[in-house]
Amino acid sequence: MLSIFNLHVTVGDKPILNGLTLDVPAGEVHAVMGPNGAGKSTLGYALTGRPGYEATAGSASWDGEDLLALDPAERAAKGVFLSFQYPLEIPGVPAMTFIRTALNAQKRARGEAEVSAPDFLKLVRAASTRLKMNFDMLKRPLNVGFSGGEKKRMEILQMVLLEPSLLILDETDSGLDIDALRIVADGVNALRSPERSMLVITHYQRLLDYIRPDRVHVLAAGRIVASGGPELALQLEAEGYDKYAPEALQGAA
Amino acid sequence: MTAQRLDLRDPSSFPSRRVEAWKYTDVRRLLRDTPPASPEAEVAPGGPFAALGGEELAFVNGRCEGFPGIVAKGRGEAPMRLRFVSTADGAGHQPEAAIEVTAGSRLVLLESHEGRAAGYVANTRLKISVGEGASLTRIVLGEDAADALAFVRAEVTLSPGATFEQVTATDGARLQRFETHVSHPGQGASVRMDGLYALSGERHADLTSVVTHAGLDGQTSQLVKGVVRDTARGVFQGKIVVERGADGTDARMAHNALILSERGEVDAKPELIIYADDVQCAHGNTVGTLDESALFYMQQRGLPAEEARALLTQAFLFEVVDRIEHDGAREGVREWLTARL
Repeated sequence: MLSIFNLHVTVGDKPILNGLTLDVPAGEVHAVMGPNGAGKSTLGYALTGRPGYEATAGSASWDGEDLLALDPAERAAKGVFLSFQYPLEIPGVPAMTFIRTALNAQKRARGEAEVSAPDFLKLVRAASTRLKMNFDMLKRPLNVGFSGGEKKRMEILQMVLLEPSLLILDETDSGLDIDALRIVADGVNALRSPERSMLVITHYQRLLDYIRPDRVHVLAAGRIVASGGPELALQLEAEGYDKYAPEALQGAA
Repeated sequence: MTAQRLDLRDPSSFPSRRVEAWKYTDVRRLLRDTPPASPEAEVAPGGPFAALGGEELAFVNGRCEGFPGIVAKGRGEAPMRLRFVSTADGAGHQPEAAIEVTAGSRLVLLESHEGRAAGYVANTRLKISVGEGASLTRIVLGEDAADALAFVRAEVTLSPGATFEQVTATDGARLQRFETHVSHPGQGASVRMDGLYALSGERHADLTSVVTHAGLDGQTSQLVKGVVRDTARGVFQGKIVVERGADGTDARMAHNALILSERGEVDAKPELIIYADDVQCAHGNTVGTLDESALFYMQQRGLPAEEARALLTQAFLFEVVDRIEHDGAREGVREWLTARL
């Protein structure tokens, strides 16, 4: 279970998260929706330990493990995976080399046996076929010159191969046309399992037509201000975020 | 650039930084007098390219018994290994060698500058000519001692239709300079002059080159990349001159460096000097650090910070290694570099 309690995060001295509390039980998919500037991406970065995103109070744990005490690579080895809104280009490092290096680094950190190159090749071939990816793309430097859709597909491929237990999807639908969105969503849905939790961060409801959440939370001004079932997403789509604007929230309080 | 030619026997030839061509590599600051002459010595066959076979010629402390000069004829596959080995502490020597690749021939020259002593001074001078339609691949490895002063100057004359591919890879020395002057006649001749440096500690490496295009339709492509750590210093001075009438010249030069420490330094001076009208020339120069966002992305996927840094650095430099066409030499340089990152 992902358990976040009263989390405060500053970015360059500016408070962005102001007492965020949220639980995602094992096997559940929770959506975090909110207006621009609410702190959605900050939540993803804070949970994964991006330098410059400083937790000043509160806690965040995954499977009882204090995430905030670990460096980014250690968190990854504990099964935490952030799918980036804008995946980075890694010049000179072929995608396949990158993923194998990452997988084996995680396995080493967990004290597991590493995967040999031939075995890894088999895994990659199977996964890329399933995701309808051109295998030659995997020989090219990771994400360099890839289209937005190709980059997102590459994120899904990494999820499939790294088998994280906590998936954080940051605006995964941005930059995707409807066909690419379907392929990406199918990839994510295939990963749903009783042991795996997912946090789907999104501005728009559209993605949730494809990745059906168990719960929906509204993030505004750095806190969760409302929670509900999937119908909450539809309501947000219809009514917008106006009633969660900072002024409205202050008025309500 | 030819005004000051270093000669160890003549201290008045030791350039200081006031000499424009040596302003980043100040010899006089570290060397004021002629060093004692290095003694005769022998070394066992070997060197960093030993595994690639071929004939070996070794200059030890500047001497190579009965060295007749290299004259390459034919298009054999076997490389020639030319070693310059320094074995005497604090002593100096200046080997000279002439290399001729005759018309239509092909030579792969694997040249190594090997330090087996402390504080030596080596000043190596090469005269190279590549005949009509001939091809020379020159791979230069600098593995000098950390406290050595080492200078290598090559003058390369190409004939029409010649191909010259040079890659210099070095980890520097107390003061080290690889200098290449190419006289480029155009007319189907083509030059690739690449380099890479990976420096740490207090090491210094200077890659200086001058390519002078004097004829029509010549090609030059140059890619130099470097990484500095600690208080190391990398210098790149690349000059391409296109003389009047050398129309149709296509010349491209790029230098990219990473500084991985607070006190590392890189000095770059790319120059294009063009007197002809109809040419395609470009140069680019970047000096930066590793991309922090990319590093975080890699760590997020499970790579520890150090491993992520090493992978990015290696990938950065491998771009130069990948351009080496000779398979054995390419893998040899890759191995050499991997051991130094």
